[in-house]
Amino acid sequence: MGKINLYRFLSVSWFLLALSGCGQSNTVKLTLTGSSTIAPLVMELGRAFEKQQPGTRVDVQTGGSSRGIADIRAGISNIGMVSRSLKISEKDLFPHTIAYDGITLILNKSNPVNVLTDNQIVEIFKGNINNWAEVGGPNKGITVVNKAEGRSTLELFLNYFKLENRAIKADVVIGDNQQGIKTVIGNPWSIGYVSVGAAEYEEKHGSAIKLLGVSGEKASTTAIKQGHYPLSRPLNIVTLNKPEGIAKAFIDFAQSSNAAAFVEEQYFIPINAH
Amino acid sequence: MRTNRFVQISLKVSALLAASVLLFILYFLVQESIPLIKTLGMSAFFQGGWYPLEGEYSLTPMLLGSLYVAIGALALAAPLGIVVAIFGQFYAPVLLGKVYRGMVELLSGIPSVVYGFWGLTVLVPWITYWVPPGTSVLAGIIVLAMMVLPLVVLTADSAISSVPRNYIRSAQALGLARWGIIYRLVLPVALPGILSGIMLQSGRALGETMAVLMVTGNVVQLPEGLFKPVRTLTANIALEMAYAVDSHRIALFISGLLLLLMTVLIVSIAHYLKGRRFA
Repeated sequence: MGKINLYRFLSVSWFLLALSGCGQSNTVKLTLTGSSTIAPLVMELGRAFEKQQPGTRVDVQTGGSSRGIADIRAGISNIGMVSRSLKISEKDLFPHTIAYDGITLILNKSNPVNVLTDNQIVEIFKGNINNWAEVGGPNKGITVVNKAEGRSTLELFLNYFKLENRAIKADVVIGDNQQGIKTVIGNPWSIGYVSVGAAEYEEKHGSAIKLLGVSGEKASTTAIKQGHYPLSRPLNIVTLNKPEGIAKAFIDFAQSSNAAAFVEEQYFIPINAH
Repeated sequence: MRTNRFVQISLKVSALLAASVLLFILYFLVQESIPLIKTLGMSAFFQGGWYPLEGEYSLTPMLLGSLYVAIGALALAAPLGIVVAIFGQFYAPVLLGKVYRGMVELLSGIPSVVYGFWGLTVLVPWITYWVPPGTSVLAGIIVLAMMVLPLVVLTADSAISSVPRNYIRSAQALGLARWGIIYRLVLPVALPGILSGIMLQSGRALGETMAVLMVTGNVVQLPEGLFKPVRTLTANIALEMAYAVDSHRIALFISGLLLLLMTVLIVSIAHYLKGRRFA
């Protein structure tokens, strides 16, 4: 008799416990996916936004700018992070610029080479120059680090140097900026390209990389701010339709002067300063 | 009795559900893949290169990449695993053998991404020192071998310990030396079990994603050597799934189907081998 009562009690209480998982939660969720360049900034903005508007949760995932576009079209996310201007095929979407950034080449700090011409960079990535000795460095093979397809950093790089992805002879293919930076840190004779913001952030925090500009211009946030760094780009957060509700509130926050401090912390250029 | 009937039925239903999961996955993959196979034909996936944004979907470089890394890992882990199992069973003092087995079981529980992280931060720079770029087939083989080894040891161990003890007693009574018994008696009898264990681990080696993605370099090219980077089928799916649309997406499903069929083939062979005896 006692045993059956125990089983009944356990099964009823388990059932009730399972039910308690259902029911409405009061938090409003905002999901952003896409560019790994913008992600750190959006995460900081998200945290500040959550403090401002209690009961909201901002979820950030990377995956590349193309993922940002694909996810808002599929309705999987609310806002897409796209680290470039929109293409013609994307003109039906609504971009909101929250910062400006550039793309820089990065070398390991222990590499004595400090300057590379555009032509040398093209030939290195095409595999025609494969020893640092050919560009004024020591006799070591060059390890070329390229970005995976779907990343806007790759598209902008290809566009600027008039290359096709087919033509590049990469030794390592990486996904997001952090992986690129870690790869260059781990291999003293590698060369890669990442966002200026991410690279400057890492450099100032002591990572063993140095930035190499393009076309003779030094890569730095100051250069982009002053308008003469050629490989710069807008950082956009994109919505499928005109933004409303929590998405609109977040976008307004991100474009406000309050957000400028966060933008500068990530070594990007705030929109009001441009 | 009613409970007996109930247990019988629920067991049958559970078994059916478990088996049908595989069939569902197979059906889903085939259904998703068919449209592109119909348009391009099977041979399109084994010719040319992998340039999905331009409509070329050759899986060959990545298929070879997966095979090289998996076969290399097994070639490294299998002999090592068998030797460790033999040591644990025949050469180590009983207590040490137990400790050894415990440690190997612990190794098998380490998440694969931890191995990948270790590979990226320790192994790859070390290989770079000798032959750049470091992210290579070799790095993939070493990391995979480390992941596959514990279970090879454990299955070999259980295969060896299931050799009937009276075989060994009889051999000892006849005066055979220890190594002779192992090499001529225990191994041949345990071989089917050991082999099937290895083949099951090959399924894991082919399917490993995170760790190989971190250490093999992910460059889509035919494997040109031990120190050159490659991209495996699994890493390819992980890298491109997020943003692949239309035909590109279907091509990724096809590569998943290919992986599944290879695994099914290998497991079937393992199953067949298990039932046989070589001695």
